[in-house]
Amino acid sequence: MDQIFEVIIALLLVMAGVFGVVGSFGLIKLNDRMSRLHAPTKATTLGVGGVLLASMAHAAAFEKYISIHELMITLFLFLTAPITANFIAKLHIHRHDTPETLPDPGEDKVWATHNKPEDEVIGPQL
Amino acid sequence: MIETAAVFAFVCFALGLVMNLWKIVSAKDVADRILALDTMFINAIALLVLYGMALGSNIFFEAAMIIAMLGFVSTVAYARFILRGNIIE
Amino acid sequence: MKLLRRIFPHPILTLVLTGTWLLLVNGWSLNSLVFGFGLGVLIPFVTQPYWPQEPRIKSPAKVIAYLALVLYDIVVANITVARIVLFKANAKRHPNWVTIPLDLRTPEAITVLAGTITMTPGTVSADLSDSGHALLVHCLDAPDPAAVRDEIKTRYESRLKEIFE
Repeated sequence: MDQIFEVIIALLLVMAGVFGVVGSFGLIKLNDRMSRLHAPTKATTLGVGGVLLASMAHAAAFEKYISIHELMITLFLFLTAPITANFIAKLHIHRHDTPETLPDPGEDKVWATHNKPEDEVIGPQL
Repeated sequence: MIETAAVFAFVCFALGLVMNLWKIVSAKDVADRILALDTMFINAIALLVLYGMALGSNIFFEAAMIIAMLGFVSTVAYARFILRGNIIE
Repeated sequence: MKLLRRIFPHPILTLVLTGTWLLLVNGWSLNSLVFGFGLGVLIPFVTQPYWPQEPRIKSPAKVIAYLALVLYDIVVANITVARIVLFKANAKRHPNWVTIPLDLRTPEAITVLAGTITMTPGTVSADLSDSGHALLVHCLDAPDPAAVRDEIKTRYESRLKEIFE
């Protein structure tokens, strides 16, 4: 029984490590700015998720207590990752795109990030 | 076996942290720096949980939780500052 | 019934808060259950003015099926993205913008759809159109944007429409 748990935990840890390092590697390797968003948001959620699952399994199998609060971090990350990604995407659109470089929004005339007063300068000029 | 796997995971996440740090230094754009910082937070959470597991201690969970929350809030605050020029209107 | 509604303005939020408290305590005891339930009653009651209307969920059974589908897709997404990052040269990749016209109207449903899109294979939701009639999605590798749009519409949006509207 312990053998099976050991194999499962080791597999989870190796998987988590691989996804974690791929997420950070993608940040360096991908060459256009919107694509760089993809690697960390996806790969690291499963990376951290794998570590947390392994930690839960480890506590249950070898330290003889049920530990479920790791689920909190996993849930928290799964809820917040899309929000951070969306914020950074809006940042890229705000700084580098004009309504002409994006596809047509259809029914509405403009994407929400571009809907701002005409001559007002928003944000620090970095 | 678990020890070997844990060491492998330690090395992977530490390598990830180094790559993020390099990205923060070398990035040309503010948004890329914020993204690298966010990834650093996530890698730090993984390292902390791993360390707690390796020591068999429960105390690192709270630290990981706090880093998760701080990471989210600070990323959103940075992004909002660049977008709007202030954080709370 | 009306009095019950007064005391529990958001019954689901009460349950979620109680569960969260039990997870934080990391153990089962009557004490923490009672305290968690107390928080679960107090917080929705105090924050009531900020949540004027309760989001409607038509069919709770489908929520679980949807969550299972999304979890499965997250695992697939990770493998797909890892493979693209590791083995595909930047020049051979086709990053692309995709516009998704929305049939969903409630803000909760659109939020869930945008979150799902960000977590699943090679897509990140970037922006919403001015009055919320379309979603701007960036694809990591999409030689055919129309196929991505159709897949998102049939796989996620139709299911969310059944759940929320």
